[in-house]
Amino acid sequence: MDLKDKLVSSFATLQEQNDAAHQIRQEAFEQFETLGFPTKKLEAWKYTSLNSVLKTDFNLFPTSATTLSFEDVKPYFVHEIDAYKVVFVDGVFNAELSNIDTEGFEVTLMSKALNDAEHKAVIEKYFNSIAKKDESLTSLNTAFTKEGTFIHIPKSKVADKPIQLLHFATGTENALFLQPRNLVVVEENAQVQIIERHQSLTDNATLTNAVTEMFVAKHANLDYYKIQNDKLTASLIDNTYISQEGQSNASVHTFSFGGKITRNNLNYYQKGEYIDSTLKGITILEGKQHVDHYTLVDHVEPNCESHQNYKGIFAEKSTGVFNGKIYVDKIAQKTNAFQQNNNILLDDTATINTKPQLEIFADDVKCSHGCTIGQLDAEAMFYLKTRGIPEKEAKGLLTYAFANNVLESVRIPELQARVNKLIAEKLGVNLGFDQ
Amino acid sequence: MLKIENLHASIEEKEILKGLNIEVKPGEVHAIMGPNGAGKSTLSSVIAGREEYEVTEGSIEFNGEEIGEMEADERAHKGIFMSFQYPVEIPGISVTNFIKTAINETRKAQGLEDMPASDMLKKIKEKAELLEIDRKFLSRSLNEGFSGGEKKRNEIFQMAMLEPKLAILDETDSGLDIDALKIVANGVNKLKSKDNAVIVITHYQRLLDYIVPDFVHVLYDGKIVKSGTKELALELEAKGYDWIKQEVTA
Ligand SMILES: Nc1ncnc2c1ncn2[C@@H]1O[C@H](COP(=O)(O)OP(=O)(O)OP(=O)(O)O)[C@@H](O)[C@H]1O
Ligand SMILES: [Mg+2]
Repeated sequence: MDLKDKLVSSFATLQEQNDAAHQIRQEAFEQFETLGFPTKKLEAWKYTSLNSVLKTDFNLFPTSATTLSFEDVKPYFVHEIDAYKVVFVDGVFNAELSNIDTEGFEVTLMSKALNDAEHKAVIEKYFNSIAKKDESLTSLNTAFTKEGTFIHIPKSKVADKPIQLLHFATGTENALFLQPRNLVVVEENAQVQIIERHQSLTDNATLTNAVTEMFVAKHANLDYYKIQNDKLTASLIDNTYISQEGQSNASVHTFSFGGKITRNNLNYYQKGEYIDSTLKGITILEGKQHVDHYTLVDHVEPNCESHQNYKGIFAEKSTGVFNGKIYVDKIAQKTNAFQQNNNILLDDTATINTKPQLEIFADDVKCSHGCTIGQLDAEAMFYLKTRGIPEKEAKGLLTYAFANNVLESVRIPELQARVNKLIAEKLGVNLGFDQ
Repeated sequence: MLKIENLHASIEEKEILKGLNIEVKPGEVHAIMGPNGAGKSTLSSVIAGREEYEVTEGSIEFNGEEIGEMEADERAHKGIFMSFQYPVEIPGISVTNFIKTAINETRKAQGLEDMPASDMLKKIKEKAELLEIDRKFLSRSLNEGFSGGEKKRNEIFQMAMLEPKLAILDETDSGLDIDALKIVANGVNKLKSKDNAVIVITHYQRLLDYIVPDFVHVLYDGKIVKSGTKELALELEAKGYDWIKQEVTA
């Protein structure tokens, strides 16, 4: 039975849950049934084929629970910082490893938010309201919505510590298909920082199809960091939707350092004036890894900004895709939209496909975009070598420097240091200095 | 220390150095002057080991060893330093981290351990003071957005940190204001000893007022066509290059 058939036949069981999402799930399911999994025939999936992943015989619902100790998984946390933690093991919430003891704001489970009366209003208002209805994988996630994280920061509240979301796959199943669903609501003038990671602890296949909807109200601030450094048997389709109101800031940093196939669909919808949206990414790949960044910034109101900067370093037979769409509506005058995608191919067997898509209908705007694909600068290499830095180290240092300046906007110093170290490790260089 | 004989070098099939000879002994300061495009920067790049230049004939000996085939980093490890006419901007790595890496890689090549962090800090502080460089400056990305003069001063800071045996300063004076020129020249003089040597490439006599050369050479059309003492620089300043060109073509 192929994965689609399997999903179709198991849907009925799931629908026995009669929660707030019942009707929405039904509609989304029908959508998915019609659309099926995306294929390379679709423009949006031209360079990313899911075939090699979809032929796996995935288990949809884990049958047994595994216990993990903190020591087993410590390296995957940014453990240097004091943070709230929401940990899922094979899709199931793990209370021992988690800490959601918040004060003045709420971090809880989607299964709870979807089922209790207390959250009915907020779910009705936000749930599935910005996630794309006509996109098959988002619909698939919606149809199977069951578990995930619900975060609610009320008006003028500043979350006192970052929140780390960790999704572990342990491999008790031969192959596991996970579909976490998250909802983040940041009310007026509130602030929160979130770090997310999907991590497989097994060589058995895992496929994660995640959907996260985030609402950032007036004057609110959201910083979201995604660390993707998974096993070669793990694939991830991430669908993130962000809606922003006037004068708000939202940033997403995506660090893609590993995994079999990773697809990041990142969508920003600006719904007010003087909004600032930041999208940054560092991708470092080797082997046959594949990462596809598919971004959308929808400028529909005047006086807003977006800053997009993605860097890619590709070795061996790895492949990268960057597809960045910026839409500027005719009423969105004085928009400042910047997009930059710079890539280095370390081997001539590596590939990058980069495609900016600018659709600009307003006349008084500042939009710039640029993409480069290159090797390391020969002049810079010579400069380093004349200072006694050998070829290999010079290459490492230059690639490190190339990626590194994206980190300046990371606002959690320990996370910045951690990613910095990951970059150095990935590039196989001993930097001879801290940080 | 440095002995270059009949050096021919080309880039992209174009011959730039056409049979050049020069010898530099420990403790000496040599100045190389010459019109634009004569091959001065080419000579420094070839000595430092830039791969794009092909040495087609002749030899470059450093302390009795032929170095013509060596990688640039090996030459640096042997004590050759070149201050760039146009220092390269490298965003994403600070001056401090860069110089630490350079020093420790050089030590590694010499079979030494990394320099202890406290020694490193002390040395950085000392050399930064010598060249009147602000500490804040050292945490900025290497050469990125530096003014012309700041770049040159930073080159000499690196030289001071690396303590080379032979320093080639390619137009280090261009872009420096009068005060900075004195500071940089003073830095170079402080680092001079009877065991090391300096080659100063310049267009102007004024640098040579501060860094006084033992020999002055004129490089023209890929060759050293005239050598003399510091008076030659004064003569060039007064008369330009035409008389030399005429002597050569005559
Ligand atoms: N990559 C290259 N390809 C072709 N010609 C080159 C290349 N690099 C240098 N040249 C040529 O070599 C010649 C010597 O250049 P070089 O930079 O060594 O001169 P210079 O004496 O340092 O001049 P200046 O006083 O202007 O700094 C010039 O004619 C220059 O155009
Ligand atoms: Mg020159």
